Amino acid sequence: MAFLDLFKSHWGVHPQDHKRPAADVPVRRLPLSSRLTIPLSQHVGASARPRVLVGQKVLKGECLAEAQGNISAPIHAPTSGTVVAIGEITAPHPSGLPMLAVTLEPDGEDRWTEPDVLTDPFSESPQAVAKKVAEAGVVGLGGATFPSAVKLALGLRSKVDTLIINGSECEPYLSCDDRLMRDRAADILSGVRLMLHTTGAREARVGIEDNKPEAIKAMFDAARGFGQIRIMPVPARYPMGSDRQLIVELTGREVPSDSRAADVGVLVNNVGTAHAVHQAVMLGRPLVSRLMTLNGGAMAYPGNYEVPIGTLVSDFVELSGGFSAAPARLIMGGPMMGNVLPHARVPVVKGTAGILAFTAAEVEEVESRHCIRCGTCIRACPMGLMPLEMAAHIRADRLEDAAKLGLTDCIACGCCAYVCPSRIPLVQYFYHAKGELSARERSKLRQEATRKMAAQRQDRLDREAREKAEIAAKRKAEREAAKAAAAKQPGAGVEA
Amino acid sequence: MIAAIFSLTVLGVALGLMLGVADRIFAVEGNPFIAEIEAMMPGSQCGQCGYPGCAVAAKAIAEREASVTICPPGGKALAQSLAARLGVSLDMSEVKDTGPQLAAVAEDLCIGCCRCLKVCPTDAVVGAAKQIHNVLREACTGCGSCIEKCPTEALTMKPVPVALQHWVWPKPLAA
Amino acid sequence: MNNSPYFRKPTSIQVIMFKVLVALLPAVAAYVWLLGAGILVNVALASITALAGEAAMLKVRGRPITPFLSDGSALVTAWLIALTFPPLSPWWLTVAGTLFAVVVVKQLYGGLGQNPFNPAMAAFAVMIVAFPALMSQWPSVGHPLDFSAQLKLILGGLRELDAITGATPLDALRTGLRESGHPVTITSVMNGNPAFGMAGGKGWELIVLGYLLGGLWLWQQKVITWHIPLAFLAVLGAIAGIFHLASPEHFASPLFHLASGGAMLGAFFILTDPISSATTPRGKLVFAAGAALLTWIIRSFGAYPDGVAFSVLLMNILVPLIDMYTQPPIFGHKEGGQKQ
Repeated sequence: MAFLDLFKSHWGVHPQDHKRPAADVPVRRLPLSSRLTIPLSQHVGASARPRVLVGQKVLKGECLAEAQGNISAPIHAPTSGTVVAIGEITAPHPSGLPMLAVTLEPDGEDRWTEPDVLTDPFSESPQAVAKKVAEAGVVGLGGATFPSAVKLALGLRSKVDTLIINGSECEPYLSCDDRLMRDRAADILSGVRLMLHTTGAREARVGIEDNKPEAIKAMFDAARGFGQIRIMPVPARYPMGSDRQLIVELTGREVPSDSRAADVGVLVNNVGTAHAVHQAVMLGRPLVSRLMTLNGGAMAYPGNYEVPIGTLVSDFVELSGGFSAAPARLIMGGPMMGNVLPHARVPVVKGTAGILAFTAAEVEEVESRHCIRCGTCIRACPMGLMPLEMAAHIRADRLEDAAKLGLTDCIACGCCAYVCPSRIPLVQYFYHAKGELSARERSKLRQEATRKMAAQRQDRLDREAREKAEIAAKRKAEREAAKAAAAKQPGAGVEA
Repeated sequence: MIAAIFSLTVLGVALGLMLGVADRIFAVEGNPFIAEIEAMMPGSQCGQCGYPGCAVAAKAIAEREASVTICPPGGKALAQSLAARLGVSLDMSEVKDTGPQLAAVAEDLCIGCCRCLKVCPTDAVVGAAKQIHNVLREACTGCGSCIEKCPTEALTMKPVPVALQHWVWPKPLAA
Repeated sequence: MNNSPYFRKPTSIQVIMFKVLVALLPAVAAYVWLLGAGILVNVALASITALAGEAAMLKVRGRPITPFLSDGSALVTAWLIALTFPPLSPWWLTVAGTLFAVVVVKQLYGGLGQNPFNPAMAAFAVMIVAFPALMSQWPSVGHPLDFSAQLKLILGGLRELDAITGATPLDALRTGLRESGHPVTITSVMNGNPAFGMAGGKGWELIVLGYLLGGLWLWQQKVITWHIPLAFLAVLGAIAGIFHLASPEHFASPLFHLASGGAMLGAFFILTDPISSATTPRGKLVFAAGAALLTWIIRSFGAYPDGVAFSVLLMNILVPLIDMYTQPPIFGHKEGGQKQ
């Protein structure tokens, strides 16, 4: 078989997964840290609007900030305690820019609010269930953090027939989805059934990479008896967990470049999201904590932890047992698509699947070289792009040419940079170009608005001038008329 | 001999007529190129380039009288696209790009003189006589026309902070 | 600051180049066994010249020397030059060729990754045009001169032509077909000429086998893909086969074409040079097929006995065009190709 593989040209790469031993350690629950900072924007869309005041006491699960706008999600208190501040903190983002957050001081009681449960969700309308999901602040936990209720509503509107549940977890080092499937398969399937009900899809297919046999078995066992849910092992290949790739693998449908998955009748949700939906609807518990993987050579106790949202990374690591070696790099998320953190005093958020700490030996700092045009990146690219050509264009500031080669189709999976023998930071080129192009787009829109405003002002000035002239003319006419009238009267001649 | 002279004369006259007719039929009204350049300009008519309005500046740029880098509000992006359109090379160090800036009023200094209102090309400054003025952030184009009119230096240009969602990864340093 | 991915495949240019050198070893061993150790002197000469030339150019260009010099690309170029030039060519021929390859073809274009032409092949082409006689003096196989005589030939520049002319099989075939005044056929040329062996030239088959072995290993190591070697050898074999079937007396057999000259070396080591070859999978097929066609045409009708070097250079020119038209289909674009 290995011989035949030499002829195949598969998209994607096969990195060493480094998931074990962390994946085999049972989930641990962290003690509460002394302070939680819960960002108001942990999702795609408009940031949530705070509805608590500084000094206010809140219970666990109480709404701290409500959704505003169509695409948004509320934020809830991860534990009971007192709101001590609402202000800017450092975002868990490579830029290190500030973002708004609610700071909560736990009272240590961890007391829940009264849960508001839907007793029989399957007799309720899909809209009612989706509303419940929206109120619980559930967002896509695979990393995209798109508000789940919006997605489910879209599925219902687009009449999707198949629900894809993403349990592939293709990022190396991460194992939180694996652990969730092993330990809480029944809850996940309950969430999947709720999603089927909410979207009106006929069946659900759960894709799990075949490097997770325990999770596959647990899910198979739990799915017995649910005819409309199929557990489908998929080959372990990065980025199998990317929406479009998984859809092809499980249904054979290719999502057109300018369309959404719903347009071909499927909706993709992560297993973690399914679990969160179950918790929201069946238990009435909003999304206030999640499983996160702690991994990397610098961690003393790698494994999976149930972590309240808003825990600082530094607290998380310390409560887990600290570092075993000085970390040379801290990463939020997986090593392929995650973000490097500016420092450890940033909170974990809903989309955080894990925190990785690499030692200096694991962080390979190599100077990048010239491209030798080997074309390995072309074979690795799951989207069929030509990374080397796009990067060459971007290097010469020809962003439009890069866009013509399909820059907008790039999913930033990092396969190209992973295989590059010249160590070219290809993904950074693409991030830069995408950001720059959208900035130009924004400034173009702004320019159009400016032009409109300038034109309106000119209209106004013209109008004012015209009106002034008209008034002046009228006055003059009146004056003349008055003069003429006066001239007709006797005695006027004297004056003249 | 006569045949040759005759045929060449006819040929010359006929071709000359064709050229003359073609010149009339395909005559170019104005310079469409200038219109194209004008469409690329910010359109705020701020006059910082030294030309009275964007249309005049566009004409100067199209006729290669003005550099592609004369427009401060357009910044780097405009200079780049103009250079690409005109096919000229561009020395980026010439471009003064301070990043997006907006005018802001210092409330304690504003005396409500209304001078700035009158020059703002987009009516972005609001206020009335003897009232503290304010700048509408959405409407301000950062052209800076109002700054020099302010008698009390209450108006200043403030850089727009980069929002998290608008942050752009820097371009990697070339190997 | 660094962007994702924070996890890289353990690979580098250095490893790739090192593997290419290792893959050349079987052929080098075959050379030594058949022709004596003289080839090693030329390999050493070319290597030293390449490293020195590259270091000097990097210094002139103000680039860091050690990292670029240690990537091994100069050595690969040097070895290819030593193996494509006649094994006992005078030292200055090897040195001049290597300097031309490294200084002009590679560094003046901007160094590794920027050169549009394959440096070794460009050097070969320039040298065969400049010194046609010296570049076609191949020693006869099977009667190796002793090492001191070889050294004398290489370093002393002493040309005892009788001792070394053996003519390569391609050369012998061409001369045979062209220069005998009366009509000849391939069989009559081949019969009785000691230069021809079972498949190609006598003894040369072994060297070709060495290239094949090394090439297959490179493929197994995923340093190269199957596209270029397979397309090159298949197309060369196919054209040669068609013409051989049509007129066996005037066109050599496919086996002869594949096993002689630079065909095997070109298929696995020269056309697969990543920098100057096409990058897309389909482009590689087009690139290699074009090179095969040109090679056969030059061999059969051209002025030079072998056509690999010229066809590689000609195809190098076409690479940007080939890459542009063979862009793989983008995911989600049904029509494929360039996105509008």
